[in-house]
Amino acid sequence: MTNPTRLHLPTPPARPGEAPDFSYVHLSPAGAVSRPDISARARDIGFLSTELVRVLDDAGRAVGPWHPHLDPADLQVGLRHMLLTRIFDDRMQRTQRAGKISFYIRSLGEEAVSVAQCMALRPGDMLFPSYRNQGLHIARGIPLVELMNQLLSNTRDMCKGRQLPVMYHSRPGNIFSISGNLATQFPQAVGWAMAAAIKREDHVAASWIGEGSSAEADFHHALLFASVYQAPVILNVVNNQWAISTFQGYAGGEQRSFAARGPGYGIAGIRVDGNDFLAVYAATQWAAERARTGSGPTLIEHVTYRAAAHSTSDDPARYRAKDDAEHWPLGDPVMRLKQHLIALGEWSDERHVALSAELDGLVAASWKEAVTHGTMTEGPRLNADLMFEDVFKEMPENLVRQRDLMRAERGAK
Amino acid sequence: MANMNMIQALNSAMDIMLGRDRSVVLMGEDIGYFGGVFRATEGLQRKYGEHRVLDTPIAEGGIVAAAIGMGINGLRPVAEIQFADYIYPGIDQIASELARIRYRSAGEFFAPVTIRTPCGGGIRGGQTHSQSPEAIFTHVSGLKVVMPSNPHDAKGLLITSIEDDDPVIFFEPKRLYNGPFDGDPNKPAVPWSTHPKGQVDEGYYTVPLGKADVVRSGADVTVITYGTMVFVALAAAAALKLDAEIIDLRSLVPLDVDTICTSVKKTGRCVVAHEATRFSGFGGEILAVVQEECFWDLEAPIQRVAGWDTPYPHAFEWEYFPGQERVKKALALVMEAQ
Repeated sequence: MTNPTRLHLPTPPARPGEAPDFSYVHLSPAGAVSRPDISARARDIGFLSTELVRVLDDAGRAVGPWHPHLDPADLQVGLRHMLLTRIFDDRMQRTQRAGKISFYIRSLGEEAVSVAQCMALRPGDMLFPSYRNQGLHIARGIPLVELMNQLLSNTRDMCKGRQLPVMYHSRPGNIFSISGNLATQFPQAVGWAMAAAIKREDHVAASWIGEGSSAEADFHHALLFASVYQAPVILNVVNNQWAISTFQGYAGGEQRSFAARGPGYGIAGIRVDGNDFLAVYAATQWAAERARTGSGPTLIEHVTYRAAAHSTSDDPARYRAKDDAEHWPLGDPVMRLKQHLIALGEWSDERHVALSAELDGLVAASWKEAVTHGTMTEGPRLNADLMFEDVFKEMPENLVRQRDLMRAERGAK
Repeated sequence: MANMNMIQALNSAMDIMLGRDRSVVLMGEDIGYFGGVFRATEGLQRKYGEHRVLDTPIAEGGIVAAAIGMGINGLRPVAEIQFADYIYPGIDQIASELARIRYRSAGEFFAPVTIRTPCGGGIRGGQTHSQSPEAIFTHVSGLKVVMPSNPHDAKGLLITSIEDDDPVIFFEPKRLYNGPFDGDPNKPAVPWSTHPKGQVDEGYYTVPLGKADVVRSGADVTVITYGTMVFVALAAAAALKLDAEIIDLRSLVPLDVDTICTSVKKTGRCVVAHEATRFSGFGGEILAVVQEECFWDLEAPIQRVAGWDTPYPHAFEWEYFPGQERVKKALALVMEAQ
């Protein structure tokens, strides 16, 4: 007799050379999921974490109780931010391939998450992003030149040459510094929200991680502390199905939705169509209002697809079906919002082409300006003395000594 | 002035800071209603409210992360990790986050968090309630690391640490909570009320970080130490009737190199002592500094006294602990070398 127990080894439905298969993704029809009152108790709204909140139907119409009824002008702003994010990403990807920057991470296919969420929050709300949330910076109006300066580690780099490209921050924009250590920002956002509650301010914190890094202990700490103190925080799991080469089954996604971990901790969990700008906006608005009115935290799972490689150092053709993204059942967030605006009579293919050209020009002009502040290889460079600053508020004696040694080393060359 | 043991002095420091600064909050396991397993926060939740003295889940990584988030949002959190042995789940948040936020954001964000944690052995704590992991934190750029040896310093150093805008890991040698301990567990415990450093100003005062205390001036030999080993070193030198200069570092980062070197250049002989394990211990760093700065003034090789390179065993606590005999042997070695 052999033991019937076998190790379950999660396997993605399609590897290179196989036909894409997304039958494992549970979909609810657009408009089908009801919208509970913002003061509903987490234990009474468990269905939100297993169904899929969707507003845009296949014809581009907004339907159902989650329809946020946004002004068409706001939708156009959202489309502009998403398109700018995409064009910026595309240009920076090519710039990396040309050897002008060392590293880049695109958010292709996930633009609605950052842009719609940012627009549903207030400027005073604090954002704790991961490395694939550039749409937050764009939607908060951070000039592209500032982002490019960081990518170039040039003389205007906000990080003073200390961080890998894409690890932006903005104090005036209330966007926290990005860490290369995954998920650490999740419980920090909860702490920030706890402080807001202690100070009796009505600001909300929001944080983002991928479904892959939800495996870290920080995810547990964040949900636990958010639940215990009912902190005014929105915790977002961007389920783009892939953690580099590891599909979401290895983060535990095969057995239950990531959103369902919210109710497990006694906090509201919503599973939302992450490629549906309106659904993401509506879920965020609901969660923010909940947080602001003392009804506690929300975990939002954004069901989306990482249409690009993990980073410029990755080649997804080695581990997943080549045309996966084209078969993703929830489509493309930019195209879906465009289709909706056209259905409303508030947009056209011509305007879209014109906007693309305008944004192309903006990105190109921004790059032209950014490189005047230096690149990795040419032009002005940051002073290497900056290496020794900001380790502490005031530079201690041993660092002053080491800075002088470094200067002497450079002088001796 | 009042008689205080180290717990009362730490309590007084937190009491004063909670009173002076609305942004100070305390957080940790069992620290609120109950007042802490060592009683360091006793009465403070009653006095300042549940929103300023928070009980937390048993999750050190979560405690540190939440403290960081609060710090970024303008609070000045003082987090207690119940035993230094429990700090490891919080290390990623301490080393990769807390220590780096100012640097990676070019000074735009910072988290002025103080982490208090009882360390060291001598209380029958076994290998999970006795460790001295300070060297791990001194190796992380961006952290300040403090370890007082008496009530007066504990209070002043804690106030300075809380007011500091940089993160501070504040180690409290728990064997010294109730009295100066000379390393002999068979002698009756001596309370702080009999010691001058147990006389503590009840009001606000600070002790600077990066300033060592010359506990005893002497001409024969310099003993560089901190925490639990300060009184052991004093007793060992006295037993050998040596005119030893005993230096209590008080803070390891920043390190008071001037006081160390002035003393070693004067005496020409040096013993370094700490309770933590020897290999890659902080003593190695002190040895390197003395060797680099004072080599031509040395009359003898520097000696190092430390815990053995084993876990801290429950049944063999006093065989493990670097007591007077080990210090005396090191002193004798540096004194006999010509």
